[in-house]
Amino acid sequence: MAEIVTLEEGIAELVSDGDTVALEGFTHLIPHAAGHELIRQGRRGLTLIRLTPDVIYDQLIGAGCAAKLVFSWGGNPGVGSLHRLREAVERGWPGPLELEEHSHAGMAAAYAAGAANLPFAVLRGYAGTDLPGHTTVRFIDCPFTGERLAAVRALRPDVGIVHAQRADRQGNVQLWGISGVQKEAVLASARSLVTVEEIVDELEPVPGAIILPGWVVTAVAAAPGGAHPSYVHGYYERDNAFYVRWDAISRDREAFGEWIREHVLEAAA
Amino acid sequence: MSHTSEEMMAVAASRRLHDGTVCFVGIGLPSKAANLARATHAPGCVLIYESGTIGAKPLNLPLSIGDGELAETADAVVGVPEIFAYWLQAGRIDFGFLGAAQIDRHGNLNSTVIGDYDHPRVRLPGGGGAPEIAASCKETLVILKQSPRTFVERLDFRTSVGFGDGPGAREQLGLPGRGVTAVITDLGELEPDPETFELTLARVHPGVTADQAVAATGWPLRVRADLGESTPPSERELEALRALRTADEREPAG
Repeated sequence: MAEIVTLEEGIAELVSDGDTVALEGFTHLIPHAAGHELIRQGRRGLTLIRLTPDVIYDQLIGAGCAAKLVFSWGGNPGVGSLHRLREAVERGWPGPLELEEHSHAGMAAAYAAGAANLPFAVLRGYAGTDLPGHTTVRFIDCPFTGERLAAVRALRPDVGIVHAQRADRQGNVQLWGISGVQKEAVLASARSLVTVEEIVDELEPVPGAIILPGWVVTAVAAAPGGAHPSYVHGYYERDNAFYVRWDAISRDREAFGEWIREHVLEAAA
Repeated sequence: MSHTSEEMMAVAASRRLHDGTVCFVGIGLPSKAANLARATHAPGCVLIYESGTIGAKPLNLPLSIGDGELAETADAVVGVPEIFAYWLQAGRIDFGFLGAAQIDRHGNLNSTVIGDYDHPRVRLPGGGGAPEIAASCKETLVILKQSPRTFVERLDFRTSVGFGDGPGAREQLGLPGRGVTAVITDLGELEPDPETFELTLARVHPGVTADQAVAATGWPLRVRADLGESTPPSERELEALRALRTADEREPAG
């Protein structure tokens, strides 16, 4: 059964320096509050995994938490570049950032393999691109048909962190709307933390909802508003204006540092 | 009614979609073109966004690939591993739309880096869904403004495969889709030569000359002998296009 914790306790207990951590979310349900807690607790040397590292990964990278990024698309959706990610890659600031780059299909398959406790996944992908020269992918022959297929190593994060609508007091998590790879990320990870909008006595059924039973989740923490500026289906809308504003903040080291100080370091969890 | 070159691009792209066409759509011009097709000649065009929304029918143009409205209006919402495995890789998608920072004469695309990979001059967002969209959709449509910096002799990085190094490359690589069937630019439309698979100028937009398109291309662009001219956007197309708005444009925040 998942332990109900505060966000501060959850990050302190589950994430250590040097861990491999996946904070997943596909536009919807991005665990911003948990990312901010990682920055506040000063985690260093993390390997961060995510298909679509966006603003929260830009913040973690700019704040010096990350040593490596495993990803498939790193941008500010609908706006442009992630300037902290770019400065880390292009100029090694605030420190060098190692990249392991994939495609969405490769990352998604690798998470699914991790969730299935398999060592690797196969897919029809990567062939003919320059990605294989720069990332961990091999090509294998199908033992039945001989078709040449790409193989990617399963993703097995130390910690998977996702945000969901709600959980009950036993730590059963209910999540609906666009569900991304959150289920796979939690099941692939050795430990998991789910932040939720609210903890309720009983989960009312919602059509199409995913349930993560409390016994596959390590800890659940209430973090109302914890996905902002991303959105939570049924709770609040995406703050599109923030994503636009982030562009100017993240372009400038000082403006970025100021923003982190004001909105993360000096803000309570 | 006068129109901008961007409107011409959206209209030209939308005309390639038919009622019932299943499209894998990205944000920006592709999403505009697909929603325009749905609002005009192809109401049954099926829109799939890589966030897992199948058959999305948004009233407003989405601002992100995973807007709530896409989920609310979709026939089905599935996870990301499923959208790529069961739907894209399985060969169920007719058209994939792609943009890029660079394209070469064989329709190969770069959306990864400008400069050297390990020491890039510009680190771009990366491939995302593009490599497998280009591999597995039955056809790929590229929408891209034409300039010598974008239409290049040699890509800095090959993120997605069009026709690789030329005839036979897709078959050799085991890529199931037909590859890039059209590149829609602000100047005209390029299509692959049926024998060499080199992109050639098939059509210019009204008011554009072939010389302008050649000058905006970083390789010696061949012009088809039967060069055509795009039909300008009709009043109905322009009205429908201009009626497409994001939710924020309809109700400005704050």
